[in-house]
Amino acid sequence: MDFVTFGVQLLNAVQYGMVLFLVASGLTLVFGILGVINLAHGAFYMLGAYLAYWIAAYTGSFWLALVGGVIIAFVVGWLLEIVFVRRLYGRDHLAQVLLSFGLILMVDEIRLILFGKDVHSVAPPAFLSGAIQLTDNMSYPVYRLAICVFCLVVAAAIFLVITRTKIGMIVRAGAENREMARVLGIPFDRVNRYVFAVGIALAALGGIVVSPISTVFPGMGDGMLILSFVVVVLGGIGSVAGAAIGALLIGLTDTFGKVFFPSISSILIYVLMAAVLLWCPNGILGRREV
Amino acid sequence: MSDRKALLRVTRRALLSGAAGAATLAVTPRLFSPAIAQGAPFKVGLMLPYTGTFAKLGQFIDDGFKLYVEQKGGKLGGREIAFVQVDDESKPEAATDNVNRLIGREKVDLVVGTVHSGVAMAMVKVARDTNTLLIIPNAGANDATGPACAPNIFRSSFSNWQTTFPAGKVLVDAGHKNVATITWRYTAGAEMIGAFAENFTKNGGKIVEDLTLPFPEVEFQALITRIAALKPDAVFSFFAGGGAVKFVKDYAAAGLNKSIPLYGAGFLTDGTIEAQGAAANGIRTTLHYADNLDNPANLAFLKAFKAKTGKDGDIYAVQGFDAANMLEIGLTAVKGDAGARDALVKAIGAAKIDSPRGPLSFNKAHNPIQNIYLREVRNGRNELVSIAQANVDDPARGCKL
Repeated sequence: MDFVTFGVQLLNAVQYGMVLFLVASGLTLVFGILGVINLAHGAFYMLGAYLAYWIAAYTGSFWLALVGGVIIAFVVGWLLEIVFVRRLYGRDHLAQVLLSFGLILMVDEIRLILFGKDVHSVAPPAFLSGAIQLTDNMSYPVYRLAICVFCLVVAAAIFLVITRTKIGMIVRAGAENREMARVLGIPFDRVNRYVFAVGIALAALGGIVVSPISTVFPGMGDGMLILSFVVVVLGGIGSVAGAAIGALLIGLTDTFGKVFFPSISSILIYVLMAAVLLWCPNGILGRREV
Repeated sequence: MSDRKALLRVTRRALLSGAAGAATLAVTPRLFSPAIAQGAPFKVGLMLPYTGTFAKLGQFIDDGFKLYVEQKGGKLGGREIAFVQVDDESKPEAATDNVNRLIGREKVDLVVGTVHSGVAMAMVKVARDTNTLLIIPNAGANDATGPACAPNIFRSSFSNWQTTFPAGKVLVDAGHKNVATITWRYTAGAEMIGAFAENFTKNGGKIVEDLTLPFPEVEFQALITRIAALKPDAVFSFFAGGGAVKFVKDYAAAGLNKSIPLYGAGFLTDGTIEAQGAAANGIRTTLHYADNLDNPANLAFLKAFKAKTGKDGDIYAVQGFDAANMLEIGLTAVKGDAGARDALVKAIGAAKIDSPRGPLSFNKAHNPIQNIYLREVRNGRNELVSIAQANVDDPARGCKL
């Protein structure tokens, strides 16, 4: 494999990992901070893609789809927290699994009613379509490069908010010791609502971002949900930085697995997960159990 | 056991009244049964993917079948037709349960299904075991009309072998000697690419690399980069549904459509062409149908399908439509008496159908004998280029009929 091909495959791996990160970061936030296992995360990824298709089809603007889709998802997440999810805090995982499974069915049914079951695709913005020619036979789609840049910006933003702002401090305090933080007068009702809504918005954002390079179809979130859980477990539950590392590892394993070991590529990520968990049972950046 | 003990303890009086009740129940339906049997509709179980990556394909088969029945006033061969639908979700693990539900609980007279080969093979097994009439309106698994063939099993569609075998010669004739293949690693993928390779290498072509990825994964980018590095004369592919849309778009986005011609089994662009948009232009595929086939049956079909559904009919709709046509031929031959199975099966087996796809008949394994067309995507349509091979007959390897 020549240098350019290797470089392009590396880009493929990073780009794939970036999308995974986007979706998994929302999952890990909700899981790590609210302690809620949200199996419906993949359903919101799908919903994001359908919203993007729908808005883009009616307005013709990818940017409106991006912004509108995220806002709608955020509001939906906000409302769901108030109506359903707040009843789950501190409940056992069975209750959470049951409720989030119910959410999957709901989202899927609503998607069916609103958008039907056709396969759709979304056009990328004009200046991001096309490919950059690297050598005479090797080129790279501009939109995929844009995904890398965009996801880096989002990752940096999440990281800064969590480590550098007051909101982040409150969120971290809640994850660390909820009772103590409550005694200090932190309004958790509101914080939880934000965290859950942001988590859902991130899942939807993932779906919106991939809609121009993927297709929008029912069930597109299923595979993504499983991969996101792998990323979260790999990186350590609740750790955004861990999710980034986990997502990149999966991207690399999957991409190079497909190229070099095609016959076993589908199990390689699980082999990776098993190996990492043997080495550090709480994930790469996971906190030790106290 | 406990039931029997309970039975032994019942009083004489209870036993008598129970017996009277049972006798009444047993007699009552018999009094009315002749009338019911005559008017009872022929039950068709549609087991198709109504959700998932093949949802649209399933819906078109469903629409095609019902269009034919509607055109005949809801009756085929004098029998009223009733429908039961089951969503198989393209999940092989649920296939046996789903088909048993249709046959066991719903007591359908005919099962029509399905798209996914793995699901279809489970259906074939149950159909063989229960001797239920089955028409496969899509799934091309060679085995269904190969080693697993049975008198009660028909296809209104194609065998995987059939659709891509002619393509082997097409690519050699077009001067493509070094070709890379790409598909999902599952039955249909292996059979489609296998039949292509069989004819391609026989005519002097060389497969430079056989790329695969797990079904139904859609992350093609790594393999597309691999194709760019390999620089083959052409690529031959098989994907369907949502995966096909993504593959074609990724292929074009990487700029490969300008330098390396893309060929495939027709499913690459059938039912998916609208979502693929401009990325599909110039793709050449082989299939037993082309959108602009200029025969009266096709023109009438397309017009009627558009009027019913508001959508443009495609091969999936045609396969559903022809399945209903086959049922009509069978039922007409036995004057609506589904019990006369042998005569019904024989009539379908001997049928010569003027299908929208062109002439359609059946071989001894009950697989269609039909033309395979070479098509090219132009302006969002799979337009006819030529007949790649006329009256292609699947060899039905392993079938002992």
